[in-house]
Amino acid sequence: MLRRTFLSLTLGTAMALSGAFHAAAQAEELTIFWAEWDPANYLQELANLYTAETGVTITVQTTPWPDFQTKAFAEFNAKGEAFDMVVGDSQWVGAGSTGGHYVDLTDFYAKHKVLDSMAPATVKAYAEYPGNSGKYWSIPTEGDAAGWAYRKDWFEDPMEMEAFKAKYGYDLAVPKDYKQLRDIAEFFYRPDEKKYGIAIYTDNSYDAMLMGIEGAIFSYGGELGDYSTYKVDGILNTPKNAEAVEMYKQLYGFTPPNWGKTFFQEDNQAITENLAAMSLNFFAFFPALANKASNPNADVTGYFANPAGPDGKQHAALGGQGISIVSYSKKQEESMKFLEWFIKDETQKKWAELGGYTCNKAVLESEAFRKATPYNEAFYQTMFMVKDFWAVPEYAELLTQMNNQIYPYIISGEGGSAQAVLDTIAKEWTETFKKYGRGG
Amino acid sequence: MAGLATLHPSSKAAARGWSDLTIRNIFIIPTIMFLIIFNVFPLIYSLGYSFTDFRASVNEPVNFIGLANYRELLNDPRIWNNFWVTAKYVMVSVFGQMVIGFGLALLLNRKIPAKGLITTLLMLPMMMSAAVVGLFWRLLYDPSWGPLNYVLGLGNLAWLSDANLALYAVAITDIWMWAPFVMLLSLAGLSAVPQHLYEAAAIDRAGSWYTFFHITLPLVSPLLLIALIFRTMEAFKTFDIAYILSTQPTTELVSIKLYKFAFQEWQTGKSCALAYIVLIMVLAITNIYVKYLNKAKER
Repeated sequence: MLRRTFLSLTLGTAMALSGAFHAAAQAEELTIFWAEWDPANYLQELANLYTAETGVTITVQTTPWPDFQTKAFAEFNAKGEAFDMVVGDSQWVGAGSTGGHYVDLTDFYAKHKVLDSMAPATVKAYAEYPGNSGKYWSIPTEGDAAGWAYRKDWFEDPMEMEAFKAKYGYDLAVPKDYKQLRDIAEFFYRPDEKKYGIAIYTDNSYDAMLMGIEGAIFSYGGELGDYSTYKVDGILNTPKNAEAVEMYKQLYGFTPPNWGKTFFQEDNQAITENLAAMSLNFFAFFPALANKASNPNADVTGYFANPAGPDGKQHAALGGQGISIVSYSKKQEESMKFLEWFIKDETQKKWAELGGYTCNKAVLESEAFRKATPYNEAFYQTMFMVKDFWAVPEYAELLTQMNNQIYPYIISGEGGSAQAVLDTIAKEWTETFKKYGRGG
Repeated sequence: MAGLATLHPSSKAAARGWSDLTIRNIFIIPTIMFLIIFNVFPLIYSLGYSFTDFRASVNEPVNFIGLANYRELLNDPRIWNNFWVTAKYVMVSVFGQMVIGFGLALLLNRKIPAKGLITTLLMLPMMMSAAVVGLFWRLLYDPSWGPLNYVLGLGNLAWLSDANLALYAVAITDIWMWAPFVMLLSLAGLSAVPQHLYEAAAIDRAGSWYTFFHITLPLVSPLLLIALIFRTMEAFKTFDIAYILSTQPTTELVSIKLYKFAFQEWQTGKSCALAYIVLIMVLAITNIYVKYLNKAKER
């Protein structure tokens, strides 16, 4: 009897200990899910510093961009615990919060005064939902927006400068507005020399081409709709927005051949392979252009913020992501501790040094950051004039509807006119909002 | 129990007292359970979802909306456009596979050197993963550095960016991949045609066209129809190759639309309804083919 009791006690203790060890081992590992790109590697490097400080191992798990949204939401919908945190796209905040996939970080924001340390535009875009509600669901992580790279050597060539001035009546320089952007694109469009004017996004999957269109619409003073009332008709389909879409279509006419399905890789190739004078891209992809190993033209590549529209208004389409804690994770406490560490000024400084686009106000405004790379100044300027797409849970439907109308018009002129295309999108978006009971 | 073999009295199963019925059940029940859990149950469950406004991405109550999803889909001209694109794709792709596959089989049915090696090499495409084939052909089609334009002297022809060409480019890839399947079935059919029929035709001085249309084709047609059924069903469901090769609206097959509804827009109820519409269409087409197959067998 005594032997049996002793055996039971030993077994029980062993099981309890193994359970405790297992729990401890579990708590010491966190998984962050993000898309497969350089910033994810930088985040892994940053997380390694956290591991060195605390002993908590962090793995940044990645997947190619086209699968990112699908994989993340498949895991959310299954209420899976595969990821403790996710660096989700700005548009996901609505679906992530209303779907119950993200942990509410409003108290975290108040306790750690996050609003004081992060750039307001980034908090609004990456963290707050619904708009102006004061409820926050993520920490701005990778600030990003659409900007432009250009060939300084082409722009500064005296013969080109002279020819340009003779043709257009003003100096060849970084374009101040979309009209100048178009003129320069037209000027350098020389198919016989295998030189082209401009490289823009034309991929109709997800939000690729729409980022370019949005940039034009926002700078032309337009909006995609009223984000608080969900009114679209009369806001999206204005003559000004039609002009912006028409401008994007004209720019497509000065792109290299076979430019009908291009995204960040092709737009960077346009610079590295001497194809185009100017190239649209997210700032997150500019480190590759500044690196001589990946861009033989790195020394002669310059950068500028999205130009203004005809009325002088200047805006850019927002990219970027915020980090959220997944509500199905069993390690939410440990994840909170990581976020606490992540928002510290010194961590954000390190994040920027590694190559991450910090959203920390102090770091962004510092001279050291603005001069750290050839594109940081343009990034700094851009982050104060960004605007974003709808962040409602049904944003993917809105993207599809816009892509379905805009893409055929830009690429092959289908749909009649830019105005007709925008009218159709406005009608479809209104129906979609009505379907989901938004806007009364 | 005439049809079933009985247990040998000295076998282990008999020694354990297992009857024929028990052993049959041991083999059949796991398979049936597997089919019920992974095929039948999701099929019925998704049928239920198709009558609701269920969205898997949000925690909202699911409402029964009757036939609204079906009505919305069948009244949507864009969905009909997806079906039209799919129909064009199926016709071009399956026609190409049948002609090329059967043609190759006719060539290989003759006495040629290294016939075994050639047959094996020709079958390689269908052994590859569709994702690999898609990526491989994307490189081949590239207008700047793809070898296809260079070899055919087509300049900078943008196979995948040209809205009018993209669907044919996808169909060509599918033909390349699956014509060997038709070839294989046709070869089996051709080798089963009795030689004495050809000898009799030769004695009667029948021409080669006459022999082909009155001996070869009728005798191979049941197998050709089977190939046609399989390839039509598969082509109707094509997703991977088209998804990898092009995102043009002109190549948006109904399966791609279904994927977008289900996993990009998370309109789960609506996507279930579309899946059922596709299922009914595939079943209808298959039934027509099977009817012809039965007629061909009777001849």
